[in-house]
Amino acid sequence: MTIVRTTYRTTHPITHRTSHRPTARALLASASLLSALTAGAATPADLLAGYTAQAGAPAQAARGQAFFNSRHGKDWTCASCHGAVPTQAGKHASTGKPITALAPAFNPERFSDPAKVEKWFRRNCNDVADRACTPAEKADVMAWLISLRP
Amino acid sequence: MPQARNRTLTLLTTLACLLAAGPGRADDDRAAARVPLHPAYKQECAACHLAYPPGMLPAASWRRLMDNLPRHFGTDASLDAATLAQLNGWLAAHAGTYKKVVRDPSPPPQDRITRAAWFVREHNEVRAATWALPAIKSAAHCAACHTHADQGEFRERDIRIPR
Repeated sequence: MTIVRTTYRTTHPITHRTSHRPTARALLASASLLSALTAGAATPADLLAGYTAQAGAPAQAARGQAFFNSRHGKDWTCASCHGAVPTQAGKHASTGKPITALAPAFNPERFSDPAKVEKWFRRNCNDVADRACTPAEKADVMAWLISLRP
Repeated sequence: MPQARNRTLTLLTTLACLLAAGPGRADDDRAAARVPLHPAYKQECAACHLAYPPGMLPAASWRRLMDNLPRHFGTDASLDAATLAQLNGWLAAHAGTYKKVVRDPSPPPQDRITRAAWFVREHNEVRAATWALPAIKSAAHCAACHTHADQGEFRERDIRIPR
């Protein structure tokens, strides 16, 4: 048993690069995000880890909250549809349709499907900021949303 | 005497119309409403608005809307290619089946259901103040008043106007 583990450790390509720890960690996290994408299931923490790794710096919940509630060159903020603190249902800013709570502790369906998360970041960042969001922005917003607890 | 004959004629005409309309009402769209919604249509489109019955727009309108999803009435509603192809096929098969659209299949302005002549006519008694109610806000928000809109049913008797 011990022999098997030792063999695995010494031959593992990532653990060889001891001098590039952050890169290795980032690679590992990206790989886990990628496998989660193909597998179609993940936890909010997995997604946060993936975006943080891509960003290459720790996420900041306070920055995420500010991003969520500020305008970024267009009429809408994230809060326009999701509410300033998305622990309860919001309302689509143009159609009025109810939008279920975004904070995962209040809605377990949220941030469970990486492909869906990427799709909505793509659409909504275009609507709010007229561009794609950076991994750091996604990580910050996710960190804030995860921090919202009942 | 001619007056009585006129009245009989009117009665007969009314009766004939009623019979021709069958057991339902003249605008019975239950068949169109029964089309089960494609799961991807529900998931992708009904996230932001009612899953509008495909039969309420002609095929040409659906094609244009689906070709322009990244710029969908001011928002990015883009889809992946596979889902887009699936939905295009399904929409083409079920477009324009509501009786009012069968009667006038011309694409409404901006391909908006709410700009179709029949839609405007049906809602002409709704006052501006009612449209502006916070619970309604937009003519696109069918379910605000049409309590069975999510089932494709828009009967008068199901209408509840919020206060």
